[in-house]
Amino acid sequence: MKKSLPIIIILLFLAVLPLIGLSSYIMHILILVIIYSMIGMAWNLLGGYCGQVSFGHAAYFGVGAYTAGILYSKLGLSAWWGLLASFPVLTVFSFVIGFICLRLRGPYFALATLAMGEVLRVTSENLVKFTGGDVGILLRERTWVGKTWYYYIVLLLAMGTYLLVKKVIESKLGYYFVAIREDQDAAESMGIDTTLYKTIALCLSGAITGLAGAFYTNYMGYIDPKVVFNLHDISIVTIMVVMVGGVATYWGPTIGAIIMVFLAEIIRSNPGLGAAHQTLFGILLIFIIIFLPNGIVGDFQKIVKLFKPKGALR
Amino acid sequence: MSLLQIREVSKRFGGLAALTDVSYSVNQGEIVGLIGPNGAGKTTLFNVVNGFYPPTKGEVLFKGEKISHLKPHQICGLGIGRTFQVVKPLRRMTVLDNVVASAFLRAKGKAEAEDIAFEALRFTGLYEDRNVLSKGLPLGSRKKLEIARALATRPELLLLDESFAGLNPSEQNELIDIIRKVKGKGITIMVIEHHMKVIMSLSDRVVVLNYGEKIAEGTPKEIGSNSLVIEAYLGEEEGA
Repeated sequence: MKKSLPIIIILLFLAVLPLIGLSSYIMHILILVIIYSMIGMAWNLLGGYCGQVSFGHAAYFGVGAYTAGILYSKLGLSAWWGLLASFPVLTVFSFVIGFICLRLRGPYFALATLAMGEVLRVTSENLVKFTGGDVGILLRERTWVGKTWYYYIVLLLAMGTYLLVKKVIESKLGYYFVAIREDQDAAESMGIDTTLYKTIALCLSGAITGLAGAFYTNYMGYIDPKVVFNLHDISIVTIMVVMVGGVATYWGPTIGAIIMVFLAEIIRSNPGLGAAHQTLFGILLIFIIIFLPNGIVGDFQKIVKLFKPKGALR
Repeated sequence: MSLLQIREVSKRFGGLAALTDVSYSVNQGEIVGLIGPNGAGKTTLFNVVNGFYPPTKGEVLFKGEKISHLKPHQICGLGIGRTFQVVKPLRRMTVLDNVVASAFLRAKGKAEAEDIAFEALRFTGLYEDRNVLSKGLPLGSRKKLEIARALATRPELLLLDESFAGLNPSEQNELIDIIRKVKGKGITIMVIEHHMKVIMSLSDRVVVLNYGEKIAEGTPKEIGSNSLVIEAYLGEEEGA
């Protein structure tokens, strides 16, 4: 009971947050934070725990977003069905991607995923009949004008993701993922079917990311290839969210998402700095890799030590 | 009955013949030593048996069934465990988690996997170190961890690749005791080793490789007096 108390407090806090009359802008930022923490948790499953670093998570996000978009534009269904549909679609899609890319190891896998994300962006730009090309897909009316319900829905999705990730990591799957990350040959000789379990990690990760994408379509009411398949804003920022927060930690992606999204907004809203926001992100990443290689959650003890008075160390 | 049969196995890497027509068998319950000078193909042979490399020619049979086309995890599932010469601890996992990950192969749930892991850790004397991250272990314990991890897969045949290299004499004696205990559990063992003292005191039979070919096979005593072996390998050590 004692252990779950802080989590209950955090949840209560998050639940009443929209009721205190925050501006629509702040609500938008909060929703972005939750979306990124969801993608971050998904990436963490594959990259953080299983050690298969993906530079192409925009691919899953985009395919999820377009699943919802195309259901609406071609079949005339509500884009909310996309939330349901994205799961099977993304599982199959991830399986195919895994079949192609997971035979590669380490940096080669990372490069293949990078290429795949870009290939999908270009493809969706050019499959005009199917995706609408650069014109994108516009939902004629969004379900709600205000942000409150969107906030609650994405919060629910993110909580579900958190619980799923925790459940997976504490099970046999989690042990197998980490074993594969630490040494694939050793894992294989311990009787672990590395190809199978890497594929499972990828499918889980892809499905969750796609779900976030499908929500994004509903929330924004407009998608186009440059936004949902964006290399920097989705693929790279997702990696940064996890790196900053803490690789292979439960709360890392959430902490990372809070920092990254707010930082991006602060930098962008400052006219003198706005244009330099990618540069500043790059510098932040270098700083994190050198001083906090395990991220803020992973290296929390280090940070605590920094702020303690010097004398207390002895 | 022979548990493992290696039949005319050859392995070539491009133009290099790492193994040429190696045949021998390992009987249930015995310890077979595999010796030979550096580069003789001992580890390559392990990698063929364990499934990392498919043999270029020939086949490997385990309990009468051909295993030389299977993947390492399938071979492990059939009951062959192995350790690595260059130890491969799962560095950012605790000693216990290393072995639990391995124990899931035969366990139905996490509790059972932990039971198997505890048993393997007590057996190898690593129980006190169970909560240490494995990258922080000294070499002697890492070698034991390799064995504990292999044992947790409940093997019938255990392949030990230079488990003694780099250990001091007291650690060596400790490990000899552990291996004897493993044999006592009815597990068949094939061991690659350079320390003659170890190989002569542990092995029931010894197979000698040189330049990828089997040049001798027999009891430790026979091997010790075999002129081919002395020429290829023991050479100067014989007088010592």
